[in-house]
Amino acid sequence: MSHHIVETRHLKHVYADGTMALKDVSFRIEHGESVGIIGANGAGKSTLLLHLNGYLRATSGDIIIGDGQLTKESLTVIRRTVGMVFQDPDDQLFMPTVYDDVAFGPINQGLSPAEVEARVSEALSRVEADELRDKPPYHLSGGEKKRIAIATVLSMRPEILVLDEPTNGLDPYARRQLIALLKAFHHTRIVTSHDLDMVLELCERTIVLHEGKVMADGPTLEIFQDDALLNTCRLEKPFAMQGCPICAPCRRPFPEQTPLIEPHSSRPHDHDH
Amino acid sequence: MLAIDGSFLDFKQLDLLALRQTAIHRLDPRAKLLTTLCFIVCVVSFDKYEISAMLPFLIYPTALVAVGDLPAGYILRKVLIVIPFALMIGLFNPIFDRQVIMQFGAFDIWGGWVSCLSILTRAILTASAAIILVATTGFPAICEALEKLKMPQPFAVQLLFLYRYIFVLTDEGVRTARARQLRTFGRRGLGIRHFGSLAGHLLLRTWERAERIHMAMLARGFSGEVHSRRRQSHFGKQDLLFTVCWVILFILLRLYNAPQLLGSLFTGDL
Amino acid sequence: MHMADALVSPAVGVVFWAASAGTIALCSARVRNELDDRKVPLMGVLGAFVFAAQMINFTIPATGSSGHLGGGLLLAILLGPSAAFLSITSVLMVQALFFADGGLLALGCNIFNLGIFPAFIAYPFIYRKLVGREPCQSRMVFAAIIAAVIALQCGSLAVVLQTVISGVSSLPFATFILLMQPIHLAIGVVEGVVTALVVSFVYRARPEVLGSVIQEKPLGELPLGSLLAAFLIAAVLIGGVLSWFASEHPDGLEWSIARITGSEQLPETGLKAHDALSAVQEKMAILPDYALPDRTGHGSSQRVGKSLSGIVGGALTLIICILTGFVLRRRRTR
Repeated sequence: MSHHIVETRHLKHVYADGTMALKDVSFRIEHGESVGIIGANGAGKSTLLLHLNGYLRATSGDIIIGDGQLTKESLTVIRRTVGMVFQDPDDQLFMPTVYDDVAFGPINQGLSPAEVEARVSEALSRVEADELRDKPPYHLSGGEKKRIAIATVLSMRPEILVLDEPTNGLDPYARRQLIALLKAFHHTRIVTSHDLDMVLELCERTIVLHEGKVMADGPTLEIFQDDALLNTCRLEKPFAMQGCPICAPCRRPFPEQTPLIEPHSSRPHDHDH
Repeated sequence: MLAIDGSFLDFKQLDLLALRQTAIHRLDPRAKLLTTLCFIVCVVSFDKYEISAMLPFLIYPTALVAVGDLPAGYILRKVLIVIPFALMIGLFNPIFDRQVIMQFGAFDIWGGWVSCLSILTRAILTASAAIILVATTGFPAICEALEKLKMPQPFAVQLLFLYRYIFVLTDEGVRTARARQLRTFGRRGLGIRHFGSLAGHLLLRTWERAERIHMAMLARGFSGEVHSRRRQSHFGKQDLLFTVCWVILFILLRLYNAPQLLGSLFTGDL
Repeated sequence: MHMADALVSPAVGVVFWAASAGTIALCSARVRNELDDRKVPLMGVLGAFVFAAQMINFTIPATGSSGHLGGGLLLAILLGPSAAFLSITSVLMVQALFFADGGLLALGCNIFNLGIFPAFIAYPFIYRKLVGREPCQSRMVFAAIIAAVIALQCGSLAVVLQTVISGVSSLPFATFILLMQPIHLAIGVVEGVVTALVVSFVYRARPEVLGSVIQEKPLGELPLGSLLAAFLIAAVLIGGVLSWFASEHPDGLEWSIARITGSEQLPETGLKAHDALSAVQEKMAILPDYALPDRTGHGSSQRVGKSLSGIVGGALTLIICILTGFVLRRRRTR
């Protein structure tokens, strides 16, 4: 049983049109960690994710996933190990019914029909969507689609779950449901998001990307208390932390601006520093 | 509401009808497909001046609408929408065919009118058969039936993709068109230049979506062929009974003019 | 312009379905061997795009009437001939099933008319040749218009032939042609212009979208399906035109018999079997014998007598059908 680490070393990616999306990205994520990757739009988050399952190939630098380096030959294995959930569930649910979508991965892995059936049932019950089995995807709600999209990846039994903006476009209830779901997983979780409150709740470690480089990499709470860093990277504190008397005494997120709505935290966050 | 909104919602409704669970819906799609095709071929094979012999064929759509619990008004509306084209061509018949072929009391009836009416009847029958087929079977099931009848797999796969994304893309198209319409204040319709750029944007977004779908497929182990599961549906006794009974009825109705016989009984013409 | 079930005869429908099905099979084989597996989602999704784009009407300048994109040529430009043919076929299938646009039997004709001409004739032999290796806006517009016009002219000619040969409509060939071709000339120009606008938009924004097809090896030869189809058209055309002329004269067989034996009938021995067979064939009439369906009103005397009972019986039949429907409905809901 390997350690299922995810490691990048001096990763650099330049697109065909010359845009340097990633300049120098290095980090190491151990098995079972829950890591948030945050940054402004255009910081390189999505590009980085696409490297993790081999869709994009780095201009220079190394990626190590699980046992070995990411190479053309190891792609099939990598894609089974790393389960990627994309931003728009409509892109991910392309089969006629939910069952077909969730079964797509296992069928491609060459499993027998009985095994496929077992995997699908398992995945659907983990996302609490057993009753949606035979439905066509376009009749599902946003929250249901998101959960099924996760199920399509879970049925392949990945070791590492990568999610790109999972709470995007969800209503509060669906968002709450999704966060609870993700908390219950014990995989290595790598999440990119603008939903900083979710990152605060879900991820004990955060990596901050800015203009293709890693600006910070450490415990989530520490990062969110570093106002200067957040400022530089076009970020701010999660809403739950804004106006907290201990973290930010009498200070607004952006000193030169006044927020439109007085932020107030309904849930106190942990102060174990 | 935009005209597009209307036809789009209409389209969705037909798809939803197919999800119902009635005795007709539960039949194997191959049975319904074959019966419908036989129906259409029989109707269409009538002589151009035939009307009365075609009328009993109405029993098929009527029975299916009734047992399949389909909204009759909705089906009728959809049928009436498609009649115009065939009728347009049909209306030329009385112009070119003025031979008297019937006399009704003091009136001479031109062949052209009879054949025009025949065209109308054909149009109603064939259109309703097609719509009812989809309303009781659903598109994916029809594709599956065609696959079992040896439709090539690459074609089937892309057909299902098309169907899957029609809703997503028409939704996008509707939103774009609506956004544009809200900025024209009803003064002008959409000009060609603007359509070109609107459609161009939609196309590029579609292309990018296709790339993302491909990414998602690769991420789940896609390597060139899409394997779909073999569904449980099999051609059972009920399906055979359905198909055979209806086909025999169609053939009998085709060979013998039932209304003629019925009418003769009443008018003592035998 | 779609062919409709109401205007088609079984023979024409079946023949063109055979041609279309054959072409589908050939294109599927070609696409399967295609190395670029991006085409798998692309064909379906672009078909959905065309479907969506068709729902958006635009105003045609100078006439004020509304038109919509056909999409056949556009798909051919984006996907290449074989993939485009499959895509066009699927769009037509959805239209036939969901909007009863055309009909299921006439679908074979429509796939042929709206798929083969843009994908295998207009695109490779006209558009590609005119655009050449260095596309520029004016060339694209010019090429697209010519290609679209030719594709639509062929398509509408095919509809006319199919309708006339089917014999359900009484429109004479000449009149029909005069009606259809000019209209489709205008439609073709509009289609060409719109296609060109979309293509040049895409070319300016993301040229690599078109690049993947432009760099493709030019088609060595027409796919077999098209050749087969061409022969079929020729056969139907010859058969149709000849039998048209033949219908004024006694049946060809009888005519040649008359010249040989001096009488219009076969000798006694073969007559019974011939009679029986022709009686069956007459009744079945699924595949009519090669003479055109009756257009001179031959059976008029028989019809006059039957008209009254036909009408009475027809009315009764309608009542029976409607009643049956109600009865079945009530049995269901009880």
